[in-house]
Amino acid sequence: MMSVLVAAEHRRGALRDVTYEAITAGRELADARGADLHVAVIGGDVDGFAEELDREGVDAIHAVDDGEEFDHNAYQAAVSTLADRLDAGAVVLPNSVNGLDYAPALAEDLGAPVVTDAVGIDYDDGLTVTREMYGSKVETTVDVAGDRFVITVRGGEWAPAEGVGDATVETAEVDIPESGARVTGFEEVGGGDVDIADADVLVSVGRGIEEEENLELVEELADALGATLSASRPIVDNGWLPKNRQVGQSGKVVTPDVYIAVGISGAVQHVAGMKGSDTIVAINTDPNAPIFDIADYGIVGDLFDVVPELIDEFA
Amino acid sequence: MKVLVTVKEVAEADDDFAIEGTDIAESDLEYDLNEWDDYAVEAAVQLAEAGIADEVVTVTVGPERAEETIRMALAKGADRAVRVWDDALAGGFADVASKVDLFEAVVEEEEPDLILGGVQAADTGFGATGVALAERIGFEHAAVVNHLDVDADAGVAHVHRELEGGVEELTDVDLPAVLTVQTGLNEPRYASLRGIRQAQRKEIAPKDLSDLGLSAEEVESALTITEMYEPESESDAEIIEGDAGESAGRLAEVLRDKGVGA
Repeated sequence: MMSVLVAAEHRRGALRDVTYEAITAGRELADARGADLHVAVIGGDVDGFAEELDREGVDAIHAVDDGEEFDHNAYQAAVSTLADRLDAGAVVLPNSVNGLDYAPALAEDLGAPVVTDAVGIDYDDGLTVTREMYGSKVETTVDVAGDRFVITVRGGEWAPAEGVGDATVETAEVDIPESGARVTGFEEVGGGDVDIADADVLVSVGRGIEEEENLELVEELADALGATLSASRPIVDNGWLPKNRQVGQSGKVVTPDVYIAVGISGAVQHVAGMKGSDTIVAINTDPNAPIFDIADYGIVGDLFDVVPELIDEFA
Repeated sequence: MKVLVTVKEVAEADDDFAIEGTDIAESDLEYDLNEWDDYAVEAAVQLAEAGIADEVVTVTVGPERAEETIRMALAKGADRAVRVWDDALAGGFADVASKVDLFEAVVEEEEPDLILGGVQAADTGFGATGVALAERIGFEHAAVVNHLDVDADAGVAHVHRELEGGVEELTDVDLPAVLTVQTGLNEPRYASLRGIRQAQRKEIAPKDLSDLGLSAEEVESALTITEMYEPESESDAEIIEGDAGESAGRLAEVLRDKGVGA
């Protein structure tokens, strides 16, 4: 019987939330295709993980005991082997840094098309995936030919699978070939004197500030408001602020009372790091900027006009 | 050693744009070198300057228009370029496997020791070509690299991979390898005037499908875009109107209500 296979993701001893979201996406697809939902968990405390993964809608869990942390070689070999063994018509993975480190190779290995960063999946005689393009300015529907696919799903788009299921748990033996890529350790980034995750009020600056010299203006605003200064990715990439000031998926996740986004368009990776803020204020020239979709208050205007006026208000 | 850099000319939509069929109207698109690839070009040129790379070759899939973008990479220090295009590729939406078909054929000709490319393209955002290519050609790989140190004698690239939440993974990757690079890896240079002049004389070799020994059927895409639309805004933001002074004044009231600046 054709099935759907989801591969779990964990790091440093804990399953990552995206795993449960991928299970929900996988269950939807399995329902649409009348298939069973299988979950693979590879490496780490596989027995403990298998227990946690037994959520409603999961039919079977396959534990592959190999290594402690993510290793793309082991993940690809395990998922590819299980996909063949289980006759999986679809493999669903999180669209995470590690998902993107093996999903395309897995698809190539299986001879199946890969569709990454899905925000919606429909199956009706064939697969249709909803994706964004042009920096989230448009959404597209994409028809995928064939009857076997690899799909990676964007975090935060599906509700995490809940409840307790009655899945069978099996230990799966898989031949893992030797890898020419070896993980040697982990490193926390940033450090530094300030933890932006502790701040009640953040003034966050993005690409709209244009030049490093202009940062002074936003620093002045943060001072006037008694706020802490943070930034979106391009500011840190440019070396204008240290890494520990970066808000986003690859930076810090922050939940201040007030988050003021200055010249930040609101790429999905940035929003992932600040959407939990109580009140979000956005100042940006582009009325179509995605930041306005999650803001509570917005000013469509030039930050170089608005920010000095705002500083005056609090001076 | 030889470094091959995959570069893409990406389209960016204007603030105001129209959708025609399943794409944005051509007149509302502007083209530029993909931001992520800019970091890959810089990494390759730095390897050449450090005496580690003997030659840096860029490869692009794109129509003649893309040569402007390719010249930018050449002006920054790449030695020469290969541009792959064929009428059979026009108008369609190439999936990952068909792009890999094209790059695989170029890799067979060029025989690089290291392939660098951006993690993703700003327009389609697939983030998949590099890793799929590595699998096809039997190279090792690492995705989302934000620190790179190549030890050519030992045949190893020491990389950091940028994971979510401020954690980096340290990995040793045996060469030959494909590495997809994240922004922030280095500081991409601006093309100098001298570089721009020199780039005019550098070779951009055009290749079509038959040059690469491929047929149109082989590179047929499994993916078809069937619809494109502007996403519905779920916003309930209160947009504060007025000139800069008025809107700043009103925002100050809101912020004081929230206890800011108290």
